[in-house]
Amino acid sequence: MSETILEAHGLVKRFGDFEAVRGIDVSIARGESFGFLGPNGAGKTSTMRMISAVSAPTSGSIRIFGLDPTTDGPAVRSRLGVVPQEDNLELELSVRLNLEMFGRYFDLPRRVIRERTRELLAFAQLSERAEDRVDDLSGGMKRRLTIARALINQPELLILDEPTTGLDPQARHLLWDRLYRLKRDGVTLIVTTHYMDEAEQLCDRLVVMDHGRIVAEGAPRALIEQHSSREVVELRFSTDSHEEFLDVLAPFAPRVEALPDRALLYVDDGDATLHDIHASGLTPASALVRRSSLEDVFLRLTGRTLVD
Amino acid sequence: METPLESRAGWARWQRAWWYHAMQYGQTWRGSVAGTVLFPIFYLAAMGVGVGHLVAAHTGLVQGQTYLHFIAPSLLVTTAMQLGEGESLWPVLAAVKWVRTYHAAVSTPLEPEDVLVGKLTWVATRSLAGGIVYTVVIGAFGALHSWWALTLPLLSVLTTLAFAGPLVAYATTAESDASFSTLYRFAFVPMFLFSATFFPVASYPGYLRPLVQLVPLYHAVALGRAAAVGSGAPAALAAHLLVLVALTVAGVLVGRRTIRRRLVD
Ligand SMILES: Nc1ncnc2c1ncn2[C@@H]1O[C@H](COP(=O)(O)OP(=O)(O)OP(=O)(O)O)[C@@H](O)[C@H]1O
Ligand SMILES: [Mg+2]
Repeated sequence: MSETILEAHGLVKRFGDFEAVRGIDVSIARGESFGFLGPNGAGKTSTMRMISAVSAPTSGSIRIFGLDPTTDGPAVRSRLGVVPQEDNLELELSVRLNLEMFGRYFDLPRRVIRERTRELLAFAQLSERAEDRVDDLSGGMKRRLTIARALINQPELLILDEPTTGLDPQARHLLWDRLYRLKRDGVTLIVTTHYMDEAEQLCDRLVVMDHGRIVAEGAPRALIEQHSSREVVELRFSTDSHEEFLDVLAPFAPRVEALPDRALLYVDDGDATLHDIHASGLTPASALVRRSSLEDVFLRLTGRTLVD
Repeated sequence: METPLESRAGWARWQRAWWYHAMQYGQTWRGSVAGTVLFPIFYLAAMGVGVGHLVAAHTGLVQGQTYLHFIAPSLLVTTAMQLGEGESLWPVLAAVKWVRTYHAAVSTPLEPEDVLVGKLTWVATRSLAGGIVYTVVIGAFGALHSWWALTLPLLSVLTTLAFAGPLVAYATTAESDASFSTLYRFAFVPMFLFSATFFPVASYPGYLRPLVQLVPLYHAVALGRAAAVGSGAPAALAAHLLVLVALTVAGVLVGRRTIRRRLVD
């Protein structure tokens, strides 16, 4: 049915003795939006750099647009947009010149560069700051400029490494909206993120990475159904360690997790569980029933929370 | 093949990298151009004319030339060397580590080699412009005696590259700039002073003379002097030329590997 835009097999990246990526297989269809989730150091950025046709895999194979990036790097990259985890803008140049410079890197004609620069300035809501030095922009503005810059060549595949880190909530939602539009126009998206809501909103399909490996793969809802219960009861006690409550809470749920600031009970009917808890005489400082989220999948698979 | 040709400007990839440096230079060109024109005039007036009077009173001619004529080519090549040094250490470390603008470049169709060639051709461009200005100024001070002097701008380019090539290669491997000031203190400044730049080799103690020959700048100075007067032993000149070309080529060959390792691994 749909065409495969990117395919990787047995991808490994080693830095000296350290294996940051330990054999990854992914296949991404044109038009799909695909996510990589994982805790710090899981190997997401290392993977992104390989599938951006920048860093060469230590072993394994990648095809992007049916091409091999190790031999056809320039041709592959001319059709990609890349937003790196850390901004690498030219700080001494103006906002406008940063965009124009990238247009030049992609060998676009002057007229096209001028047109797209104007559109992208508006896209990033930076038209008013066009002539300012990038160094003088706020962190969030720099981020928006980095994202706009990645669109100068109208890429077929856009690779974003933690695109919304450092953005305020309003700017995040605005970016999501822009990404939806790109997706609607047929652009394939690959994103890493630490925000579960972002992953649920943006990704048709995602993988969870840990220690350089893929530990789960699927649509956000399917992953939640597969790896977590229907509902979660969150309890906060006035204590320094919620671990102390594990034994007391165990009878109320098939699975209980203690985090530094709260205890989580994985159950089918949260309200019923909460009722039982209150009936038993326990007095949590606060209690909340919610639906399971990717955060819970993550905790289950990696033993860690995503946003620490 | 990148994108269909009709929608492209048609620049080679290294030219786009060159353009980036030109754009960056465009931000500060006013100050820089003023310096390029004024420094040669100041230098020649102070050292050539000013110090030259003292030398004339005490020593007379230096190797059969007035002191102004003797040092004019030295000033041109030392300026070329300083351009090569100044452009190759901190700016390159910033681009591969602090600001990572070279990383940005290789996320586009550019390859690490293109970034390297763009950088070196840009430095060469500036050196050519500076060399032309210097040659004109030296001529105006009446210190040129041969048509060979027209090769001085090219010597400026070669001298700059002989330093920029190896130094860019080195800077792409650096993790911090700690070693850079050491290089200046213990290599560049002594080289500037003791490459037969300001006094002839004959005035060094005998045991030091062979050492001077090991210094790259010495060869550039010797070539500059030969070009200004239009004479010199062909074998010696070829040897001087070979040293500078070898440094440039070695710099490019090593730099290709180091910049690739730095940017894509
Ligand atoms: N150039 C490098 N040299 C040595 N080790 C590296 C290099 N790049 C990454 N690593 C190591 O590889 C591992 C994976 O790093 P990577 O940046 O891919 O993780 P990540 O999942 O993107 O993490 P984060 O969420 O913090 O961005 C880390 O342990 C990191 O220290
Ligand atoms: Mg990362």
